[in-house]
Amino acid sequence: MKLTFKLFASLTDLLPKEARDHAIDIDVADNATALDLIDRFRIPRKSAHLVLVNGVYLDPDERGEANLRDGDTIAIWPPVAGG
Amino acid sequence: MAWTRKILRVNLTKGTCVAEPLNMDWATKYLGQRGLASKYLAEEIDPACDALSPANNLIMATGPLTGTMASTGGRYSVITKSPLTGAIACSNSGGFIGNEIKNAGWDMIIFEGKSPKPVYLYLENDNATLCSADEIWGKSVWETDDILHTKYQDPLLRIAAVGRAAEQGCLYSAVVNDKHRAAGRSGVGTVMASKNLKAVAVRGTKGVGNIRDPQAFIRATVEGKRVLAENAMTGEGLGALGTQALMNVINEVGAMPTRNMREVQFEGASKISGEAMLEPRESDGKANLTTNGACFGCTIACGRISTIDPQHYTIADKPQYAGNSGGLEYEAAWALGSNTGVDDLDALTYANFLCNEDGYDPISFGATVSAAMELFQIGALTTKDTGGLELKFGSAEALTKAAELVAIGEGFGKDLGLGSKRLCDKYGHPELSMTVKGQEFPAYDPRGIQGMGLAYATSNRGACHLRGYTVSSEILGVPVKTDPFATEGKPELVKAFQDATAAVDSAGLCVFTTFAWTLEDIAPQVAAACEGNWTAESMVEAGERIWNLERKFNIDAGLTAADDTLPERLLKDAAKTGPAKGKVNELGKMLPQYYQIRGWTVDGVPTAETLARLSV
Repeated sequence: MKLTFKLFASLTDLLPKEARDHAIDIDVADNATALDLIDRFRIPRKSAHLVLVNGVYLDPDERGEANLRDGDTIAIWPPVAGG
Repeated sequence: MAWTRKILRVNLTKGTCVAEPLNMDWATKYLGQRGLASKYLAEEIDPACDALSPANNLIMATGPLTGTMASTGGRYSVITKSPLTGAIACSNSGGFIGNEIKNAGWDMIIFEGKSPKPVYLYLENDNATLCSADEIWGKSVWETDDILHTKYQDPLLRIAAVGRAAEQGCLYSAVVNDKHRAAGRSGVGTVMASKNLKAVAVRGTKGVGNIRDPQAFIRATVEGKRVLAENAMTGEGLGALGTQALMNVINEVGAMPTRNMREVQFEGASKISGEAMLEPRESDGKANLTTNGACFGCTIACGRISTIDPQHYTIADKPQYAGNSGGLEYEAAWALGSNTGVDDLDALTYANFLCNEDGYDPISFGATVSAAMELFQIGALTTKDTGGLELKFGSAEALTKAAELVAIGEGFGKDLGLGSKRLCDKYGHPELSMTVKGQEFPAYDPRGIQGMGLAYATSNRGACHLRGYTVSSEILGVPVKTDPFATEGKPELVKAFQDATAAVDSAGLCVFTTFAWTLEDIAPQVAAACEGNWTAESMVEAGERIWNLERKFNIDAGLTAADDTLPERLLKDAAKTGPAKGKVNELGKMLPQYYQIRGWTVDGVPTAETLARLSV
C-alpha cells in the first residue's frame, strides 16, 4: 500500500533528500505497522514521541498493530512542546 | 528570594512613592505575583470602574521564587483591570526585570491614580523617584530603552515600557521589558499609558535573602533542574524549535485557526513553521533563526532570536530592523500568519519586531487584522475606510502596513487598535469577531480540541491558552493523553489545569516548566523558600482560591455566565477539513458540569459555601 510519511522537528534530517515539505510517499507491505516505519527510517523509538495517522493520535500500545490503510498519512515528532 | 515583605506604592496623582509592608496573611493564602496582586487589586479598586480611569490600579508583581536560583524564576506579571475585556487582567512576562524588582527589595509595585504629566519610575534599591518623561514620551519601547540606558550609563538597568501604540490608545497594548519580552495580553500597556506612566527602570543589587531553609532550597531547585534537563520537551524540544515546533503539529491535527477561524488547516503552515525558521535563505545563506535565548534563571531557553532576509521588501530602506531581534513564537506566527492567510515568514518576523518595538499584542493584532480582512472581503470595509489599504487575506503587504499603522496609531491603525470585537461592532458584523469577553483567541481551534473551548469560555481574562492549557493533555499527552474530540472528563481536566496554572504563575515560575514538572516538583521549592505549609495539595487549593477570586472580581465588574461562551462560528459551523471535519465545539455539554465541580451556581456564580471553603 502507499502511504505519505512525514517527519518533523529534529527528525526531519532522517528523511531522504527527495522529501518535500517534510513528506515523502512510500510503498509498504499491506500489514506494515507504525513501528516498522519508525525502524525503517532509523528513528530512535524513544524519539517517536508523537505519532499521528491522518492527524489522529496513535497510542504507543497500538503502534505495533497493522492498523494502517492505503492512502494514510503518518506523521511523527520527537518530544515537542509549546504554548 | 521568597518574600521581601515590602511593597512600593506609587501614587501617580500625588507624585509619591511610599514603602509599606506586604500583607503576610494574604501572601500565605495567595502566594505571590498573579494571586497576591489580584487580591490587592480586588481589595483596592472598584471592579466596575473604568479601566482607563485613575480609579484603576496597575500592579507589577513578582512571585516568591522570582529572583531565586529556581529554574525560570525570573517571571513577573502586570495585574490590572483590562480595557479590552472589562475583566481582571494578568499578563505574565519573563526577561530580566522581574528579577531586578526583587533584587531591589520589592515584592510588587502598586501604581495608583494618574500623573498630571508623563513620567517614568526610576527605582534603585530603596530609592524610588518619579522623573519627567518628556524625553521618552512619543518614543517607541526600543528608543525609550536606549535613551534611558544612555542616560544612566548602566547596562544592567532593566526597563519595562509602553510604546506609541499604548500612548495612542490601542486597546491591546503591552508592557514590554528588556526590549523583547512582554506582558502582552489584555491591554495592560494601555492602562499604564493612561496613567501617563511611560516606563519603569529598575536596578537592584540587594541579592538573595529571606529563603526559609537555604539548604533545602538548594536541594529542591537542583533536583528540579535535573528533572527539566532530563525531560525531552524541556531539555531539548523547546530549546531547539521553541514553541514554533507546534505549527505543523496543530495544523496536522486540524486545529489551526485559519483566515479568521473560518478554516482549521493552513496550506502555508510549513512555510512559517519552526522547521522553516531553520532553513538557509537564498540571499545570504543564513536561517531566520540565529539562536535561542533564555530569560533570567531559565534552563529551558525557548526564546527565539531572528533576523529578516536582507533582501526582503519590509527592510529595504529600514536598516534598523536588519539585525537580530526577538523572533516568532508560535502564537505570534499563527496570529500574524495562518489567521491572515500570510505565509511569508519574513513579513511575519517584521510584524513581530514592530509588535515588540511599539508594544502591542501580536495575538490580538493578528486576529484583529484577520477580522478586518473578512470584513473587507464581504464589503463591510472598503478602501475608503482603510485609507487605501487592500486588506486581502494572504496579503503580506497589507499585514505589514497594518502593523506600521497600529504601532503609531495613525489612519486605519486607530480602528485596528480597537481590537476585533469593537472593530466588528463598528462595521456592523459582530458575528465576525473571534473573541471571548472581547479578547482574541490564541492558536488552537476548539472544534478540534474540545477542552480548549471550555478553557477559553471560562478563562478569567477572556480567550487565552495560558489559563488552562489542555492542549498539553489533549494533543501532546502531558501529563496523560486524553481524546481531543471527547467532552467527557474535560470539565475536570480544565479545572485541574486552571488551578495548577494559577499556582505556578503565582510562584514566579514559567508555566513551560509544567511540561516536565508537576506540583509535586514545584511544592518542595516553594516550601523551602517560603513560610507556610506548601504542598502540592495546598498549592492546588491556592490555585483554586485564586481562580475564584478572579471570578468574583469579574462578576463584581458586571460579567455574567452569558460571557462564558464562544463565537457562533465555533459552536455552529463545523470544521471543514482534517480530523475534526464535521465537528463543532460542544461547549454546552461541558459548561454546566464545569460550574458544578467549581462549586458555582447554575449561573456561574461562586456560592457562599465555595468562597467560605476557600477563604476568598
